[in-house]
Amino acid sequence: MALKMVKGSIDRMFDKNLQDLVRGIRNHKEDEAKFISACIDEIKHELKQDNIAVKANAVCKLTYLQMLGYDVSWAAFNIIEVMSSSKFTFKRIGYLAASQCFHEGTDVIMLTTNQIRKDLSSPNQYDTGVALTGLSCFVTPDLARDLANDIMTLMSHTKPYIRKKAVLIMYKVFLKYPESLRPAFPRLKEKLEDPDPGVQSAAVNVICELARRNPKNYLSLAPLFFKLMTSSTNNWVLIKIIKLFGALTPLEPRLGKKLIEPLTNLIHSTSAMSLLYECVNTVIAVLISLSSGMPNHSASIQLCVQKLRILIEDSDQNLKYLGLLAMSKILKTHPKSVQSHKDLILQCLDDKDESIRLRALDLLYGMVSKKNLMEIVKKLMIHVDKAEGTTYRDELLTKIIDICSQSNYQYITNFEWYISILVELTRLEGTRHGHLIASQMLDVAIRVKAIRSFAVSQMAMLLDNAHLLTGNTQRNGICEVLYAAAWICGEFSEHLEEPMQTLEAMLRPKVTTLPGHIQAVYVQNAVKLFATVLARQEGAGDRQAAQETTELLIEKLPQFVQSSDLEASCILQLIKYIQKLQAKEVSVSEEVSALFAGELNPVAPKAQKKVPIPDGLDLDSWINKPLREIESEDEKPRAVFQVEEPQHSRPRVPEIDEKELAKRREVRKQEQASNPFYIKSSPSPQKETANVDHIPVVQIDLTVPLKVPGMPMSEQYVKLEEDRRQKQKQDKKKDKKKKKEKEKKRGKGRRLDSAHTESEEDIAPAQSVDIMTEEMPENALPSDEDDKDPNDPYRALDIDLDKPMVDSDKLPVQTHRPTEGLKSPDPVAGVEEQDEKKSSKKIKKDKERKDKERKKSKEEKKKKKHRKSTPGEEEEGQVEKPAPAAAESKITALPTAPPTEDFDLDFWLSSAPVPSQSQPELVDPAPSSEPEEPKDEEEREESKSSKHKKQQHRKEKEEKSKKKKKKKHQDEGKAKSVQNGTLEEEEEPLPPMTNYSLLAENSDIKMVSTGQQGARMV
Amino acid sequence: QIRFILIQNRAGKTRLAKWYMQFDDDEKQKLIEEVHAVVTVRDAKHTNFVEFRNFKIIYRRYAGLYFCICVDVTDNNLAYLEAIHNFVEVLNEYFHNVCELDLVFNFYKVYTVVDEMFLAGEIRETSQTKVLKQLLMLQSLE
Repeated sequence: MALKMVKGSIDRMFDKNLQDLVRGIRNHKEDEAKFISACIDEIKHELKQDNIAVKANAVCKLTYLQMLGYDVSWAAFNIIEVMSSSKFTFKRIGYLAASQCFHEGTDVIMLTTNQIRKDLSSPNQYDTGVALTGLSCFVTPDLARDLANDIMTLMSHTKPYIRKKAVLIMYKVFLKYPESLRPAFPRLKEKLEDPDPGVQSAAVNVICELARRNPKNYLSLAPLFFKLMTSSTNNWVLIKIIKLFGALTPLEPRLGKKLIEPLTNLIHSTSAMSLLYECVNTVIAVLISLSSGMPNHSASIQLCVQKLRILIEDSDQNLKYLGLLAMSKILKTHPKSVQSHKDLILQCLDDKDESIRLRALDLLYGMVSKKNLMEIVKKLMIHVDKAEGTTYRDELLTKIIDICSQSNYQYITNFEWYISILVELTRLEGTRHGHLIASQMLDVAIRVKAIRSFAVSQMAMLLDNAHLLTGNTQRNGICEVLYAAAWICGEFSEHLEEPMQTLEAMLRPKVTTLPGHIQAVYVQNAVKLFATVLARQEGAGDRQAAQETTELLIEKLPQFVQSSDLEASCILQLIKYIQKLQAKEVSVSEEVSALFAGELNPVAPKAQKKVPIPDGLDLDSWINKPLREIESEDEKPRAVFQVEEPQHSRPRVPEIDEKELAKRREVRKQEQASNPFYIKSSPSPQKETANVDHIPVVQIDLTVPLKVPGMPMSEQYVKLEEDRRQKQKQDKKKDKKKKKEKEKKRGKGRRLDSAHTESEEDIAPAQSVDIMTEEMPENALPSDEDDKDPNDPYRALDIDLDKPMVDSDKLPVQTHRPTEGLKSPDPVAGVEEQDEKKSSKKIKKDKERKDKERKKSKEEKKKKKHRKSTPGEEEEGQVEKPAPAAAESKITALPTAPPTEDFDLDFWLSSAPVPSQSQPELVDPAPSSEPEEPKDEEEREESKSSKHKKQQHRKEKEEKSKKKKKKKHQDEGKAKSVQNGTLEEEEEPLPPMTNYSLLAENSDIKMVSTGQQGARMV
Repeated sequence: QIRFILIQNRAGKTRLAKWYMQFDDDEKQKLIEEVHAVVTVRDAKHTNFVEFRNFKIIYRRYAGLYFCICVDVTDNNLAYLEAIHNFVEVLNEYFHNVCELDLVFNFYKVYTVVDEMFLAGEIRETSQTKVLKQLLMLQSLE
């Protein structure tokens, strides 16, 4: 034995320790890979030895290598060996390695279950702690299921250190094993009132995290959290609670009303920026949830906007950024309050930090109006010029388009201006967003009929100058615009002044350098143009010219034949046929035009999804025999972060009855009738055509000559638009004098003097804009569930916690367990019983309290009578009953107001407005007796399983509460010394933490209390 | 909720990587490189926040080291910024004027510090005194 030990230590002498490894790596910068592979060989050798210290050392080195990015998964089993060492130092190394290397796919992980359980119940709290920490990193669904009960037990451990860890890890367990949420939740809730503030804050953290995903299940905890908020002085906890309230208020506006006052108080009093920011955010959320018809809240909005302005004006970039971020939230509901700060926001566009500029852009998006759109876009165009060659410029480009096209071009009064902006944007070389500009051009040209002739003339010029866009290099991005240009010119060729010229432009040899899909569009639309040209020429009786045109096509088309698209060769054949006909002196133009008869209408992006799948069609079945599997996995890089878009076809209902079938058939027929792509005898009636004729088209005299693209011209429109508006105003004045009565008939009933203050509605669009709506299948519903992500891991946690527990809601308990440790209170059987007891006891308790409450409030009495009448407590059926009964009896029928609640949410919310924070005890008289109860009860219950231990436990608790006050003072003292900045910043080799003082300027470096209670509990 | 904590030096060498979300090893390396790329290009004029995929990174530079925390977009930026500072102060106290080499040679201790202050993606302990006390206790067990 002794010999072995000696041998071991000799072995160790020759082993390299971590320091050597690190030094070695630093000394072998040139041939690092070689050095490390040598090290790994050495480590493999070390792992084969019996000495656990050697192994631990090896594993430690592996962990370091893993951090540097080397694969060490082969050592998983050795890691487990080290984990199970009885010596804490080694155990810790093992758990560290495991938490860094293990993941759900690690197969040996299932071997760890018993080891972890043993460590969790170890008498040594550090063993327990290290196991908990490790587990939090590599917990798998299996581990979660097997260990949930053990961890739950630890939530009542005597040491707050362990309780706190257990509480936090419970969240990971919930995620991996959602079934554990219901049985564990009551205890988690108890921890909100744990005597140790750290445990409390851990519980707050976990519940906040849960509630953020599924807020409605936690609404009933609002009173409890409110109490915590008004009593807590720990800013970290306050931030979490206030964030939680931000998630809850949209569900319950009354809660929002109650929150406004304490939150505004905090905003006024706190010196911690982080807390201030959280308060402002939640106040905004509250204001959004409240109906805007509440005049007294305008003060709160003003307060928020004013505070945010201070943040934005601050020289600290962080605050500026956050201010803008929060401002954009206000913008959605209270645009007026934000709009007055337009100048400030425009200033931010010049900021050095791109993220600030982007946030400012977001804000601008919401701030445009008909009145200022042109002006704002003009400013943005200047920034576009400045931002040459950056990704920010692309961002600007998309934002300009977003801003202009938002809510169906609501703010555009002059589409000619918009088209010329788009044309100007095509000058941006190397942008990625050519397709975006292209789709805008198409969208506007198709949907705004009045603009087509202008658009076509512009597009023709783009085509003519295509060489400017393509340049000598094949820039992918911007040439997409030619796709749109070609299509627009082809489709609306009747508006072309000189179709022949455009046709020639489209057939230039240079075109063949464009990407295939654009060439295809060129060819298609060349034929459309050809049809138009033919029609005109034949109409003029000029057969000679018509034949020459055909000639031209036949000459030019072959250059496209080599392209990958089939389009060209088909069309070439067609044209050759036409030539033959022409040779026979047949007039062909009508028939050629007939190829492109009918109008193409815009189709809503979601339309395809809404088309019901015809009966008997199974989209998933193969049409042909399936080809051999091609490995397509490599093609799609699976981004872990991005939520993959669900592309599922809607789930098919397997069985449909006859009626449904008949109905569907009917629907389908109707649809076919209205579907433009469905071949039928007569063209579908145009919904919009009727409207167009009614709208008087305002003639704009185009004083601006049409310019060669590449020259900025949108600016002229700004001036022009001003003139026009001016004129309009004057006209209106005249009109009004003459036809006051007519005005009234129109229902506007404006007064004369109001003409001076130009309001939004006064600006009539220059073009009569007939924006066509996009087509949708007729039975499509506007509501959408498409946006919900079925893969959301948090969905599984959407569990109604207020329902009483049933037998199935139990955590699996391992029957074969290692012998219990001393301290951890245990409860193999205990917990099981406890759960059952708890649910029935809770009801009992609830009833008792209800009785008390009834005395307090007569209104409540009426509501609860119903419930009181449900007799009995112990029978099984009763567990279920109260829930529906209670819900019915409530006036508001809050689905979340539960029978087993500690507080009656309705009562709480309807009670008189909350007194301000200074008197927290008045907040809610009802629950004041609560905090003690559950604890006592729990102890009573648990004492049955382990009386002896529990007594000790209780004693400790009592002592602690006595000591608490003392401790608090001590902490305070210590904290202060830290706060007051004795951090020796100068001596620090990692220099300056000083720019941190930005945050600490007003407060201390640490978060400080709100000033209400003065003490820091951190 | 914290998704991961990274400490990198200017050259992109990882000094600490703590993951609160499961990634496979390749993904981890990719993230490390990406974070390094977005963070190092920023100077003092920039905010300490970067939008990152569909999360955000709160980072702070101390000498040659970048301390980065990746959190959900809804989280409070300033709070995590202060958490970073709190963490650095603890390191400074624990290693007595910490420098990069301390973190390299004692990397497992740094992990212990992280585990004492953060757990399961939440801020676990914010009191420096308590954390330091705990750390000394753990050290005495070795």
